[in-house]
Amino acid sequence: MSDANNKPEPIEVRFRGGGFAPKSHRWVGLAVFVFLITIMEIGTRTGWISALTLPKPSDVLATFGELWESGLLFKHLAPSLSRLAIGAAIGASIGIVAGILIGLFSYARAGLVPLVAAIFPIPKIALLPLFVIWFGIDESSKYALIAFGTFTPTVVATYGAVDNVDRSLIRMGQSFGLSWFSIVRKIVLPGAMPGILSGLRISLAIAIILLVAAEMLGAEYGIGAYILEAGSLYDLERLFAGVVILSLLGVILSAVIGFIERRLLGWRE
Amino acid sequence: MDIRLDAISHSYGDTEVLRDISLDIPTGKIVCLVGPSGCGKSTLLRLIGGLERASKGRVLQLGSPPEGCLNPLTYVFQDFALLPWRSVHGNISLVLEDHGIKGARADAIISDVLARTKLSDFSTALPRQLSGGMKQRVAIARALAVKPAVMLMDEPLSALDSQTRELLMDDLVALWTRQQFTAAYVTHNLAEAVRLGHRIVVLSRRPGEIREVVEIDKPLADRSHGDADLERTQKYLWDLMRDEARAADEELLDV
Repeated sequence: MSDANNKPEPIEVRFRGGGFAPKSHRWVGLAVFVFLITIMEIGTRTGWISALTLPKPSDVLATFGELWESGLLFKHLAPSLSRLAIGAAIGASIGIVAGILIGLFSYARAGLVPLVAAIFPIPKIALLPLFVIWFGIDESSKYALIAFGTFTPTVVATYGAVDNVDRSLIRMGQSFGLSWFSIVRKIVLPGAMPGILSGLRISLAIAIILLVAAEMLGAEYGIGAYILEAGSLYDLERLFAGVVILSLLGVILSAVIGFIERRLLGWRE
Repeated sequence: MDIRLDAISHSYGDTEVLRDISLDIPTGKIVCLVGPSGCGKSTLLRLIGGLERASKGRVLQLGSPPEGCLNPLTYVFQDFALLPWRSVHGNISLVLEDHGIKGARADAIISDVLARTKLSDFSTALPRQLSGGMKQRVAIARALAVKPAVMLMDEPLSALDSQTRELLMDDLVALWTRQQFTAAYVTHNLAEAVRLGHRIVVLSRRPGEIREVVEIDKPLADRSHGDADLERTQKYLWDLMRDEARAADEELLDV
């Protein structure tokens, strides 16, 4: 027990709140890239990173410039982008529709959820030979592979998002006599949109991975074919140039989704 | 249009929540349903509006809804149930769109109900920008927009702080005085019941049965916060409910 005359020194209450609230610091991401590339450049120039381990970033940039000037960049990029766009569009749209059906109808849920769980863990690349037999060696087998790969994560994200729509809003819609179709279109879909879009981020990254895999297995042009060719020649500059293109593609897609999110989900903030 | 409950009983599985409730909700009156927590008063309201089906008994509409009525039985929810992605205007137009009311006709209705709920300046605001009291006023405006025959109000003021609740009670009285609407008003707050109810139905704890129906004749507009006779009625209601409420509170929840 402390003496009344001998009061202890006041101690300031320690601050323990804060954090857990992500803020936008765009330049940090850029700084990390610049830092890593500078380290690589310095390391390869001074020699403590051997030329066999990593190419000089400046050489990669030069290769990139050559690729641009020779017109090869677009020769490789155009078919890749169209494969990605068509395959991902097919997979994501079928996935969203299936996810909404699973979210809304118990029979669809009972029938499709085990099926989706069964196909989710299959490495879709392993199925490429099968798709080649089914759809032929040309573009359609690549579309099918990318579509199949984006389908499963989209389904799972979509029905999870539909499940999470506030039921009290749906009851409200019913209590005002809204038709079933109106409730789905005006309450369920907008309510599920945040979950669907964050699912799309994952699906599109998977689509890029599968795009490269499909192009490595049978394509004359395409970023995957370009990387495979460079890899088999141990041409690290070209290999890295290809990888950089893929990374850029990922960053751009992610930015596009971020833009859509800001447009569609402005009500969330 | 009157509502008549004819010997309503309801159970969830083996749990009986309501037993033999017969009740009239006459046109132009506010009937308050009060009772201890878990007595099934919100369930009763969902039965009245057809959001749930009673195990036994019937809910009857007597007479036809007034002309121009789009949704005879219209709820006002405790949690407001506003679409967060729609503005105040959009939330009200939501319930008109399905009736084919769009464009200028919808705008006329919306600006009328927004004026009646003193929200005219907020028609482009999103729900997240509004305080709780404002959100509930939007929900009330939305309910008024469909010209309901009976308003089913499920603890509409319970999510609000006490000052806001006082203000909104005054607003509700003003709305009713201007245009007398019919309402079934569920609340656990006896002060609300004696301020807004023409008839107060006291339910027992689960299974909910009607313990007593108290009529208050004093006109709504003449009632005010802390009226002596209202305080007396409120105390009388509380005496009726106290033991039930305590027993209900000590029950294990196994629903």
